[in-house]
Amino acid sequence: MSMITAELNIDAYLATNKYEVAPESHIVLRDGAAGCDPKEFDKLIRACPAALYRRSEDGIQSFNYEGCLECGTCRIICGDTIVESWNNPDPGCGVEYRFG
Amino acid sequence: MADFDAVVIGAGCAGSAAAYELARAGQSVLLVERGNFAGAKNMTGGRLYTHALERLIPDFRDRAPLERRVTHERITLLADDAGFTIDFASQEMKEQGQESYTVLRAPFDQWLASEAEAAGAELICGIPVEDLIIDSSGVVGGIVAGGDEITADVTVICDGANSLLASKAVGARMPLPVHMAVGVKQVYELPADVITNRAMAQSNSDGSAWLFVGDCTKGHFGGGFAYTNAESISIGIVAGLEALANGGEATVCQMLEDFKAHPCVAPLIAGGKLVEHSGHMVPEGGFDAMPELVGDGALIAGDAAMMCLNLGYMVRGMDYAISAGQMAGLAAAEALAAGDVSKKGLSRYRDWLESSFVLKDLEAHRGAPEFLEGFDRMFDDYPKVVRDIMNGMFVVDGLSGGPLRDAVMPALKSVGIFNLFKDAKGALKNL
Repeated sequence: MSMITAELNIDAYLATNKYEVAPESHIVLRDGAAGCDPKEFDKLIRACPAALYRRSEDGIQSFNYEGCLECGTCRIICGDTIVESWNNPDPGCGVEYRFG
Repeated sequence: MADFDAVVIGAGCAGSAAAYELARAGQSVLLVERGNFAGAKNMTGGRLYTHALERLIPDFRDRAPLERRVTHERITLLADDAGFTIDFASQEMKEQGQESYTVLRAPFDQWLASEAEAAGAELICGIPVEDLIIDSSGVVGGIVAGGDEITADVTVICDGANSLLASKAVGARMPLPVHMAVGVKQVYELPADVITNRAMAQSNSDGSAWLFVGDCTKGHFGGGFAYTNAESISIGIVAGLEALANGGEATVCQMLEDFKAHPCVAPLIAGGKLVEHSGHMVPEGGFDAMPELVGDGALIAGDAAMMCLNLGYMVRGMDYAISAGQMAGLAAAEALAAGDVSKKGLSRYRDWLESSFVLKDLEAHRGAPEFLEGFDRMFDDYPKVVRDIMNGMFVVDGLSGGPLRDAVMPALKSVGIFNLFKDAKGALKNL
């Protein structure tokens, strides 16, 4: 799956946001990103507005919670196939919108 | 005796409105917000229709952090290489009580929560609610937050589109992908005068709301938006989750990237400085996707109750949230005063919603989500048909041109006259 310019730019976009990164992920994947069913994982690649679900050119799937926008899309779009638990980040942690 | 008469979860539009009314009625109320300030986790396109806020806080215009009054409504049918735009302006949309304003949630929600505080509500921020206190007979009796139990006679759940508590409070089902959309938005700072000029507004306090349909979501269910704020422009994409799940190659991030680069869109934000990239879900399932609104000791309002309406040409949610929150607060206060916070005692909330615009609108448009989800021609074919007609009308190449029908009929026939009638009928009925 190609992500062309978006993937090149997204990290710079997220860098404009204010975050207090929690020590641990508030999203737990059932089999870790690498072990996820690729077809289901494709849905997350398409729908995550922070493009945190990625597949490298050699096919390795990854997920990084640090840039999470806390929308919950990944909690809904794959049913219970991939996301095992989705909780709010720890108190005071996560994204902090200055505009919203 | 409970710690508070009422606890409200989430200091967004619904939560702050509920806390405001409860406090005004003299009840002790705790408003719990997981962000470090009200609005820190919230995002809108976005525009607020003011009728609801006016009923809650009649003099809001003097104090609320509103960005610009919307004096231009624009809708664009976007093909990959063309755009056909309708621009509407009228005196009527500027009239007090009918006007709308662009808003940014971080400043707006802080203000609304401060109004609830001024009325007597206690606001605590930076604390996510982990769980509800529910007894063996299913009565909600408060919250668990930061490891502590805080008891309350009434719990008002306003924890937003990605509600983690609706299922526990009122047995709401997990929303289906077909009922949800995802929005991705960027905010670009620009000088106020530049924005005014680009919006073709008359002053720096006026601006435009602009919706796009077609190529912005690569032919799938969804659309683009651009709202002019005081000194920034909010621009983004909303895409249905079901369509994304079954969709092609495009990611929402790439959709936004291509949308911003489209020749009809790029000039709007040219020279702007990106200051934020945000994402949020939108509950678009409508009336039939709504959960039970009342439980024993519990009420639910706003996005958490799926109180949102997308008709393609109009997107609403914040005005429903404010009014539903207000009614939840009033109903909870009455039930507390009467000493009956059971489901029956709180049921006036549902009655009031039913006789108000909130549930009347949502019910009247209950067919819209399914209609739009299946309206592929609107997202793919029609923007191209309109482009072809317009090219036939406006492009002069020095070769002899025929009458108007030569430009119009081939384009219409490409989509099928019967389909056109069918879609027109469906749109008139459902939207």
